[in-house]
Amino acid sequence: MSYFYRMKYAWFICILLIVSCKDVDKVPSSLWDAQEYDETEKDITSEIALNQDWIKIVDYEGLAPLLAKRNDTTYVVNFWATWCRPCVKELPYFEKINEDYKDRNVKVVLVSLDFPDKLEKQVIPYVQKNLKSEVWLLDDADANGWIPKISETWSGAIPATIIYNKNKRTFYEHSFTYEELKKEVESIL
Amino acid sequence: MKTSFKLIAVAAVMALSFISCNDKTTAKDIATAAVVVSDKISEAKPINTKGYGIGDAATDFKLKDVDGSMVSMTDYKDAKGFIVIFTCNTCPFAVASEERIVALDAKYKDLGYPVIAVNPNDPNVQPDDTYELMQAKAESAGFTFPYLYDADDKVYATYGATKTPHVYLLKNEKGKHIVKYIGAIDDNVRKANAVKDTFLANAIDELLAGKVVSLKETKAIGCSIKV
Repeated sequence: MSYFYRMKYAWFICILLIVSCKDVDKVPSSLWDAQEYDETEKDITSEIALNQDWIKIVDYEGLAPLLAKRNDTTYVVNFWATWCRPCVKELPYFEKINEDYKDRNVKVVLVSLDFPDKLEKQVIPYVQKNLKSEVWLLDDADANGWIPKISETWSGAIPATIIYNKNKRTFYEHSFTYEELKKEVESIL
Repeated sequence: MKTSFKLIAVAAVMALSFISCNDKTTAKDIATAAVVVSDKISEAKPINTKGYGIGDAATDFKLKDVDGSMVSMTDYKDAKGFIVIFTCNTCPFAVASEERIVALDAKYKDLGYPVIAVNPNDPNVQPDDTYELMQAKAESAGFTFPYLYDADDKVYATYGATKTPHVYLLKNEKGKHIVKYIGAIDDNVRKANAVKDTFLANAIDELLAGKVVSLKETKAIGCSIKV
């Protein structure tokens, strides 16, 4: 608990400082960049991005802290997309893990790699209908930059999953059955 | 004790932020540092342990094109090399790349590097990738290059492709097709007009200029190959 509070305090300061030096040092954001690149075909209108709380939209910089937490929780982070058939097939297993292992400090986060222009019509309706776990959307075009940071061995194919806690971290570039996923989660607890 | 920890944490964060203001280090670097700090990474069950690396000699193939003919690299007598792209009919990343692939063929075929596209998906698993639908795709997308059906799913596995699109740039060196570049077409699959770095075209240009390819491998998100 005290660790968490300390971190919270530190992050607050960090954000303050980053914001305070924004004039000198532009904080990169693919969301803004995308709008600069193409005025006619906006990825996400700020309206859609702001007026929904189903999905947290981040660039890699925003995602990175999720993959580097050092607390008592075990994180199961799955990379998926609505158009990815094997991903959609295994999502119920992740949902079940999130539900069944809640009491054992396991948290599932589903990171969508859908194109941001599909957010309103495709991703949000799917999430509303099917998912209870926390859903993020990674809106960052520089895949060659962030894929190796997530895992050196990741070719970029999805589904892909990271299961980690403060003691161990494993990256998987393949689909799971429920039994396989359960076994991996059990092995790290 | 608690307070001193707090002070250390705050001091560390302040130091980081201070550096970021002065040295133009971006917030991204701080985030990366946070990842590097994480515990030792154990990678289990890598899906692709085989396949080609840079410098390997790629095998030729004989696969059926959408026009019914059989295509091999040996059919091209004058080619200096090949742009072999594993792609498919409906993967959003493949679809987003179609125009760029056609443009690459238009530019580099005459310079000695034609495109050969290969669809590795098994239509029993991915019904959108039947041979008939491949023919329709080649027609509608205006493919000017062979679009081959990897019927036995052997070619993609030999090459080590894991997703679509997945590019292998080959150079003909004394009759051997040497792998010179593996990865993405460019640095922005989603938006052709936001591309800053044309990885594949740069690599071909370097080969044409008699240089060594400087960026040999890149990563991109793609649809896993369905077999």
